[in-house]
Amino acid sequence: MSTAVVNTGTEGKTWGGGNEPLKASYGKMMMWFFIVSDALTFSGFLAAYGFSRFKFIDAWPIADEVFTHFPFFHGVDAPMYYVAFMTFVLIMSSVTMVLAVDAGHHLNKSKVTIYMFLTIIGGIIFVGSQAWEWNTFIKGDYGAVQTKGGNILQFVDAEGHRVALKDFVVAGHNDRAKHESKNGLWFVNEGTLPTYTVQEVLHGLESHENVLVRTQKLTAEGEKTVLTRAESLKQIKDNGKLVVEGANLHVNEYGSPLFADFFFFITGFHGFHVFSGVVLNIIIFFNVVLGTYERRKSYEMVEKVGLYWHFVDLVWVFVFTFFYLV
Amino acid sequence: MSAHADTHAHEDDHGHHHKETFVTKYIFSQDHKMIAKQYLVTGTIMGVIGVLMSIMFRMQIAWPEEPNVLFEALLGKWAPDGVMDADIYLALVTIHGTIMVFFVLTAGLSGTFSNLLIPLQIGARDMASGFLNMVSYWLFFLSSIIMVISLFVEAGPAAAGWTIYPPLSALPMAQGGSGMGMTLWLVSMAIFIASSLLGSLNYVVTVINLRTKGMSMTRLPLTIWAFFVTAIIGIISFPVLLSAALLLIMDRSFGTSFFLSDIFIQGEVLHYQGGSPVLFEHLFWFLGHPEVYIVILPAMGLVSEIMASNSRKPIFGYRAMIASILAIAFLSTIVWGHHMFISGMNPFLGSVFTFTTLLIAIPSAVKAFNWITTLWKGNLQMNPAMLFSIGFVSTFITGGLTGIILGDSALDINVHDTYFVVAHFHLVMGISALYGMFAGIYHWFPKMFGRMLNKNLGYIHFWLTAICAYGVFFPMHFIGMAGLPRRYYTNSNFPLFDDLANVNVIITIFAIIGGIVQILYLYNFFSSIFFGNKATQNPWKSTTLEWTTPVEHIHGNWPGEIPHVHRWAYDYSKPGHDVDFVPQNIPLKDGEEELQH
Repeated sequence: MSTAVVNTGTEGKTWGGGNEPLKASYGKMMMWFFIVSDALTFSGFLAAYGFSRFKFIDAWPIADEVFTHFPFFHGVDAPMYYVAFMTFVLIMSSVTMVLAVDAGHHLNKSKVTIYMFLTIIGGIIFVGSQAWEWNTFIKGDYGAVQTKGGNILQFVDAEGHRVALKDFVVAGHNDRAKHESKNGLWFVNEGTLPTYTVQEVLHGLESHENVLVRTQKLTAEGEKTVLTRAESLKQIKDNGKLVVEGANLHVNEYGSPLFADFFFFITGFHGFHVFSGVVLNIIIFFNVVLGTYERRKSYEMVEKVGLYWHFVDLVWVFVFTFFYLV
Repeated sequence: MSAHADTHAHEDDHGHHHKETFVTKYIFSQDHKMIAKQYLVTGTIMGVIGVLMSIMFRMQIAWPEEPNVLFEALLGKWAPDGVMDADIYLALVTIHGTIMVFFVLTAGLSGTFSNLLIPLQIGARDMASGFLNMVSYWLFFLSSIIMVISLFVEAGPAAAGWTIYPPLSALPMAQGGSGMGMTLWLVSMAIFIASSLLGSLNYVVTVINLRTKGMSMTRLPLTIWAFFVTAIIGIISFPVLLSAALLLIMDRSFGTSFFLSDIFIQGEVLHYQGGSPVLFEHLFWFLGHPEVYIVILPAMGLVSEIMASNSRKPIFGYRAMIASILAIAFLSTIVWGHHMFISGMNPFLGSVFTFTTLLIAIPSAVKAFNWITTLWKGNLQMNPAMLFSIGFVSTFITGGLTGIILGDSALDINVHDTYFVVAHFHLVMGISALYGMFAGIYHWFPKMFGRMLNKNLGYIHFWLTAICAYGVFFPMHFIGMAGLPRRYYTNSNFPLFDDLANVNVIITIFAIIGGIVQILYLYNFFSSIFFGNKATQNPWKSTTLEWTTPVEHIHGNWPGEIPHVHRWAYDYSKPGHDVDFVPQNIPLKDGEEELQH
């Protein structure tokens, strides 16, 4: 075979062929394009969220009133504190990931090990916190009444402070038996029955003169509309359909059920990504410990999972912004 | 996992010598040429199913509610006494659309030719990741199997149209096909999206990183440009369909209300509130429109290559062709609203989408004129591949012209959801892409199987197909303008349309003949694999690199070193040379200038 080198006319040109124009291996580039694709999936969800939120722009739940809890501090009003902590942890895990990638460039196995470990811990704390956040959201807070039109009526005192159902409603003794699949025609279990009936809420409201009803409609100041005493009684009496405690995929005591639907779906989908990331990180962590990459003289796999991990963090910044901040 | 694909390529310089078993060679193969053939055969089988379905529902439209032996034989309980059931009619229309758009013209077309041609034409040993490439094919195979299985579900396959709008698709009890049939449809499509993603990642990265020395981006054949951009559109648009599908699954199975609101069933109000089916349409068409370019761009690439080769002329306006591919790709992502002019979307938004839609006419016209000018005064070689390429330009222009009408919201509203629309998209992306696929198969069959297809059968195949395609879709414009709605099981309840009944019979007869003609092609295809004339190394005297590889496939493509590239892909009839083509790997002669393209 002739070994004479013939000039191809593209020498020195970045895109001339025979090299890697973006200075990235194919694996790393595939990760980049995968991230583009995944980003579009999240964009689809967030665009759908925006579409639905604008539809109910005058009645959307206020995040500051929804996420007010902090673990181990019962009854403390701490709006957003815990989610801020979660976000901080996740961003710090990105920092440790950067440090791990950097240590990998220097082929420093012990440092990569430590920083990968810290990243995994950060990821686990985040996923665990999300589980706690879901649990709190599902259990709910004050309770509310859903109207026939699907709107949510909450209760406040004369100063505008929220009043929980248990503070003014007495549960009756004529509890309806919960329907179970084993004893009926219908093939599904009934959902958990609320503690109170609408009738009992009405009785409680009638006997507590300082309790008023607050609708989900937002005023020009961005506050929810509080009804007068007469209107409050009339609303519950005429339109009350169901007592709602907490939130799930069907009802939501904080307002539009779509808020809960999107919250569960998007944070759930993101949480699934974080969980997958943690699993990937653990696999890579063990490969680091076993010295696979040291023998290979390249910690590029750490860099690839690093890309994914940063992407997951970046998505959280958007989810956090759209669900909690704006 | 070797970090640098480049070093990987060098290790392989002397080809693979390890022994291959039947399983690693024909089934779980990581060789791009075998994967391409697997895609082609699977796509062909799905195509036969899709075409058969269209013939069946065409028979129902032509002879409504008349007993038919074919129905009785194939549809069983769905055709009591041979009369087609209305539910299965809707299901046939739905599955026909799904199979043809995704399984034949996306996976069958892009999967086959991207896999075959990208490594061969850019001078690479294989795809960047042979393993992911194999996984991509097997996911596609799995999704095909699930789609076929859904045909045998007791309550019937999905029947909400290939666009699966809610609430028909979101309420499992809405119609027969909304239950298990719809679930299987969604599962199949989710797997299909994963397959498409893996394939696209491979195509893009391979084109960027694995081009041989001298293969600059402006020396690439237009096929590669088309596959490259198609893969990028796929990476951008399929994930949005995935988000729509996941939200739909939540609505179906977990009681959320993303796409549902205020629905009464038999006086009972369902608990869904606040959702919007229009949201689904937005998400769906954000994929759905780019999808038609995912279908047509590869066909355009194939046709450009075949036309230049068979006109013995350089492609006219090489850089304009690249620019128009990029322009089409960009515009394709901002026009989805033109599918939704009567969905209740804000009319102002409608006029914005009209504007962006009509802009697409510009790059499309650039391409059409460049093809015609490539033919102009060429030394035309009228082989079947060339005929199908010219047929492609014909149907693309015919269908494209009605696209201008449908892209304009004021005009579209009048013919929305009529056979006019059916005629438009079948000509412009259905038949055109199919012609592109046939052209590609006739042209690259020798590369795939080392044998030639029978030319005379090819001529008969082309002319009968061309006549039948126009015979089917041309009259549809007229019945569409007369107001005949698409997707209706029968029009016999509307005396208004009685006059159109004869036209529908004519269309159906053309459809049946067109379907039968494809048996000829299938015979030609499968018999030529084994008994066709042996192919020479470069039967069409083309300039591109795939014709420098040996006829017998070897893993690694070139026995020795990978050829270097010294010129663009279209040095046909270049003055100063003895032959009318100069392959890309031939160095420039002393004093020869590379064409300024």
